[in-house]
Amino acid sequence: MQAFAQVVAEPDDRGGTRLAVLRGESPLLLRRTGGRTPGEVTVHLVGGAAGPLRGDDLRLEITVAAGATLTVRSVAAQLALPGRPAPPSRLTIKASVAGTLRWLPEPLIAAAGCDHHAQTVVAVAEGGTLLWRDDLVCGRHAEPSGNVRMDTTIRYAGRTLYRHTLAVGPQADGWDGAAVLGGGRAVGTLVAVPGLPNTLQASSSAALMPLAGPGMLATAVGADIRQVQAALDPLCEPEPAARQPLAA
Amino acid sequence: MGLATLLVLADGRLPSGGHAHSGGLEAQVSAGRVRDLDDVFGFLRGKLATSGLVSAAFAAAACHRPADWAALDEGLDARTPSPALRKASRAQGRALLRAGRSMWPLAASYPREMHQPVALGLLAAGAGLGPLDAAVAAAHGVTTGAASAAVRLLGLDPYAVHGLLARLAPVCDRIAADAARRSDDPVDDLPAAGSPLLDIGAEHHATWEVRLFAS
Repeated sequence: MQAFAQVVAEPDDRGGTRLAVLRGESPLLLRRTGGRTPGEVTVHLVGGAAGPLRGDDLRLEITVAAGATLTVRSVAAQLALPGRPAPPSRLTIKASVAGTLRWLPEPLIAAAGCDHHAQTVVAVAEGGTLLWRDDLVCGRHAEPSGNVRMDTTIRYAGRTLYRHTLAVGPQADGWDGAAVLGGGRAVGTLVAVPGLPNTLQASSSAALMPLAGPGMLATAVGADIRQVQAALDPLCEPEPAARQPLAA
Repeated sequence: MGLATLLVLADGRLPSGGHAHSGGLEAQVSAGRVRDLDDVFGFLRGKLATSGLVSAAFAAAACHRPADWAALDEGLDARTPSPALRKASRAQGRALLRAGRSMWPLAASYPREMHQPVALGLLAAGAGLGPLDAAVAAAHGVTTGAASAAVRLLGLDPYAVHGLLARLAPVCDRIAADAARRSDDPVDDLPAAGSPLLDIGAEHHATWEVRLFAS
């Protein structure tokens, strides 16, 4: 199955954000959701078919123009499945961000026997803001992990800020050793450019790291996804100061 | 150049401060993730497949095109999210260049400090070695430091630990061959295999008041 989806967010003339393009193909369907939060737009990825299965080739392009704010979420976890003997399933995401992009999808689950490659390239223009979250669960409940390779490149102002590949499953030598995930079966990363207002709760399975360029990486490893979410979810909340004050 | 030159470059007794680093093992021992010989083997395999591959690729590329050292050094910054690991790599690169200057010719224009794999590649080039040699030395160095730390941290049988290194030697060769084949690739396309627990462990380790190893 091949699919291409695209979203382009631009500033409207009232200080808000409008979607100049919003199109998708099953299984990559995009829906505008949420209320009318001033200034920003939320889009959900809605799975239109099972998968990704081996042989699938899915592409997503996201553009956020200067002055626009876009949040992308997904309604459910993405479940990479084995399927027939075929090349690996692929998800290629290209994002170009001059405004603000918050990429906060549900986890990817590597079902036993899957073979999935996710490739992400995000180019953030100088002055742009990015929150990029990727969570991975290695196998459904009590099953061995399939093969997943997540390859991420994040550039800022033309320079490569973060370059990271994570491979899990039987083809990834030593992935379950204590250098990579140890006994952990879930891992999450959050890249924030230019930074994060929040801090991480102290834990021996998570860390918040200032990158060499502008930006931060938060990484959490857990026995299951709940531990990862407990560490990273609070970092994805809006700044405390930006929340509605309680009525006096 | 000759095999003996490669042995000198890859020798653990080269006075470049490598013995002060556990390659991330001390943090994982303390977290209870590495307790016995099997755990050490799992740790070494994962480290070799991730930071070993990245080190080998950057050492091979630096040896193949020394003039690109600055871009390669930036490429390693982008692949090393942990500030503690960036610091440890630069400290080891500085010590290696310092030792290397009295061994083989090195351009005076290189800075005092750079990431260890880039320094290793430049030194290999200065010694007349090739990218494959540089990659083998890098991959091998990634496992030996952590292995000798395992003996000290866990009181393991040194014969058994060296048995692990012998089992991993063909893996080092395979990784080095892959790294050398890619030594012409653009920096962004070079391997970027990451190891989340090495990053997390290094950050916590750096805050300890008392520790046996620098990283």
